[in-house]
Amino acid sequence: MEDKKIIVRLRGVVKRFDGDVVVNHLDLDIREGEFLTVLGPSGCGKTTTLRMLAGFETPDEGTVELEGKDVVGIPPNERDVNTVFQNYALFPHMTIEDNIAFGLVEKKVPKKEIRERVQEMVKLVRLEGMEKRKPSQLSGGQKQRVAIARALINNPKILLLDEPLGALDLKLRKQMQQELKYLQKKLGITFLYVTHDQEEALLMSDRIVVMHDGRVEQIGTPEEVYNHPKTKYVAEFIGASNLLEGYVTEIEGGRMTFSFEFGKINLKSRGFKMEEMFYLCVRPENLRMSQCPVEHFHIRGRVTEVVFAGSVNRTFVRLVNGQVLRAESQPDVEIYPVGTLVYVYWNPDKCSFLHTQEDQIYDVIEEEIDKTLEEEANVSIDDVLPSE
Amino acid sequence: MKKRFRSQPGPLAVFYAILVYIFLYLPVAVVIVFSFNTSERNIVFQGFTLSWYKTMFSNSELMWAFRNTLIVAAVSTAVSTVLGTLCAVGMQRFEFKLKKAFNSALYIPIVIPELVFGVAFLAFFSLVHVDMSMATLIISHVTFSMPFVEVTVRSRLSGMDPSIREAAMDLGAGEVHTFFRVILPTISPAVISGAMLALTLSLDDVVVSYFTAGPNSETLPLMIMGMVKKGISPDVNALSTLMILGTFFILFFSTRIQRKLENS
Amino acid sequence: MKKKNKEALPRGFMIGPAMAWLALFLLLPLGYIVVISFLQKNAYGGVILHFSLASYRSLLHAAYLKVFAESFLLAFETTVLCLLVGYPMAYIIAKSPEHLRAVMVLFMMLPFWINSMIRIYGWSTLLRNQGVINWILIHLGVISQPLGMLYTDGTVLLGMVYDLLPFAVLPMYTSIEKLDPFLLEAASDLGAGKMHTFLKVTLPLTSPGLFAATIQTFIPALGLFYISDMMGGAKKMYIGNLIKNQFLSARNWPLGAALSILLIAVTLFLVGLYSRVGKMEDIV
Repeated sequence: MEDKKIIVRLRGVVKRFDGDVVVNHLDLDIREGEFLTVLGPSGCGKTTTLRMLAGFETPDEGTVELEGKDVVGIPPNERDVNTVFQNYALFPHMTIEDNIAFGLVEKKVPKKEIRERVQEMVKLVRLEGMEKRKPSQLSGGQKQRVAIARALINNPKILLLDEPLGALDLKLRKQMQQELKYLQKKLGITFLYVTHDQEEALLMSDRIVVMHDGRVEQIGTPEEVYNHPKTKYVAEFIGASNLLEGYVTEIEGGRMTFSFEFGKINLKSRGFKMEEMFYLCVRPENLRMSQCPVEHFHIRGRVTEVVFAGSVNRTFVRLVNGQVLRAESQPDVEIYPVGTLVYVYWNPDKCSFLHTQEDQIYDVIEEEIDKTLEEEANVSIDDVLPSE
Repeated sequence: MKKRFRSQPGPLAVFYAILVYIFLYLPVAVVIVFSFNTSERNIVFQGFTLSWYKTMFSNSELMWAFRNTLIVAAVSTAVSTVLGTLCAVGMQRFEFKLKKAFNSALYIPIVIPELVFGVAFLAFFSLVHVDMSMATLIISHVTFSMPFVEVTVRSRLSGMDPSIREAAMDLGAGEVHTFFRVILPTISPAVISGAMLALTLSLDDVVVSYFTAGPNSETLPLMIMGMVKKGISPDVNALSTLMILGTFFILFFSTRIQRKLENS
Repeated sequence: MKKKNKEALPRGFMIGPAMAWLALFLLLPLGYIVVISFLQKNAYGGVILHFSLASYRSLLHAAYLKVFAESFLLAFETTVLCLLVGYPMAYIIAKSPEHLRAVMVLFMMLPFWINSMIRIYGWSTLLRNQGVINWILIHLGVISQPLGMLYTDGTVLLGMVYDLLPFAVLPMYTSIEKLDPFLLEAASDLGAGKMHTFLKVTLPLTSPGLFAATIQTFIPALGLFYISDMMGGAKKMYIGNLIKNQFLSARNWPLGAALSILLIAVTLFLVGLYSRVGKMEDIV
């Protein structure tokens, strides 16, 4: 995986709309043949990033390279990149066949070849017998397949998918997720997939890029971003997380002691320094409850809410300091009714750590102080110099 | 699903609606009925005849006016449809400095009384020493009908998914191909309505034509206007009846074409 | 940079012609009218290049003020009648079953597709002293002398309402149709009576449509000169006839231009008011 060719390279990409920075100094490498997902809430800049790759938007700063060639300024129709749009964007006046053939007709491919390749695509996305229909006669899932076929037939260097399953209902979405993943594996085409659905991202991707406020928060495999979130934001955005803030009080022989409001935990050392502040992150499914104290854990709380969520039971426990932890247990595990006093605990190996973002906060403040100093300096120079 | 809450109009409402329609169609019916009248005066229906439908062809003045009307309507509709459609697509697509000002300019002919245009054209053409002719008539008609086409087409465009255009470009189509292969077919129902609007505005116009028609380019409405007080011979009724039929015909087919395009 | 250059060509091609056309044949003539209104007339019906406010000053003459008053009154009456007749009609159409609605609107607009001269001529055939209505009434023995119906103020009003009614009904229909029936349900659910629901919910919510209808009737009513010419026998002078006469027979262009500017000003004022309550697109 690591030594695969890099097909898209974004460096220092900035995009502003009306002065608002939507994409903020973005660096991103996309490897050939991978299924890369850009995950983030709406407004995080993920769709804008995709549109800059497609050629619908021009970055204000930075470079966008496709196979080593800078493509900034090249219009979408001259890029070997195709897009599957959120609302399919099928041509309403054309039959399914003509929709799929559109790109090949533009390339002036001979008619006979077009017919063969369209037939091939139709078979691939399992739309046989629908060729002569119009888009308005198709269901959402079928429209989506046409949109995918229409893009794939051009053998793009990379296929961009902008929340392609957003308009489908849950069941169909699950099915299409599998189909898309299967198609991608079978054809070996690079997919750049944009979504706000973390479950979808975890399920389908080779790698996930978590974006927030126009910046990349973390890039990694689904396993990495889920089990080892690098920032508080990632931990909270992907799956639910229980975060406990504390710091290192002892380091000894490969182990360390993490001290926090509710006591101390002895853990494997992970390269933290003494006194270093960090969050301990426990996923809800790893949180256990008991009515009597367990080992050295003494985190006591009261059950405030129990939710039945189908495959799991969700229990919310309020701690003495007011923080609410979330636990998820299998239906066969005993649940405690609301009001019960419980001790929460977890397997110390089944938690991850992330740095508190205080450093970053300091960075920002310093930057701003620098800026104001600079401005003041400018003003004073202008004022001091006599105007002639 | 909304239907459940809609109460059906009662008998009083039906009666009222019928009265309004009678009011609207009464004068039209009179014109049609008297085109079959044997009497030359449009007062009493004396007997049925089709002779006016023959004699109207020998009324050279009437035929000339009819010909002028058709030419002006056809040319001004074609020009204003092309200009208005292109403009609408451009306005929807691009942002530029003068866009707001230009947008207001487009609404001027729609809101300002036609009379003001009529006199403005009269003054303008005399300033640049252009004699009134078919050309000035056509120019004035294009000016007041083009904004209607533009607005009709643009309202359709604003309902169109913008990613359709992007999809075409994404699949390798340049500006020109995108326009002809994707945008134009998608907006064609609106283009047809716009063209129909331009056509009727031109066929119907009296006020602006009154000022911009030359001595040789009198249109049918202008001619009828001149004749109303003196009394109109029934061959005008006959031609009017044919024009009404023609209007129905065009309307019928254009809505059918539109519906066909819409369903696709 | 590159992007802008690429867009310049199609943009110029698409918007350029329309822009050039409107600049040449709309803004220039209207601009010229503005200029003329500040000039003096010469003896031969042309204008002298000499700045003057004379034509604006003469607008204040009692005779012209009377013309304005009569014109605004006629336009006002026309508008009120169109709204009064049109609102129930718009309401009935909007409340009709869906498949009937389109047909009803179509039949509302159809007369508009038929030449207005022909329709006005139809009216004069009906209303003349030797016209159809008088003939019928005399033969039925209701009257012995023909009623002088044509060429009165009443017939002018009739012609105006007739010509403009569809333009009043359409915008009102659009806004009534958009009205959420659940809202009316909610109002009656909350105990509002029918009249009360109408006054407190329906009317305010459809006011943009009412305003658009007002504009659609009031402004054209100010400028329609041919109806008063043909159905009023040109006995009374309205602003439309006045402007027409200044340009064609009286040959006082500066005065005609000043009158036109007055019409434009009234129009812009009304449209300006409207743009606060509704969208411009809905006027069309």
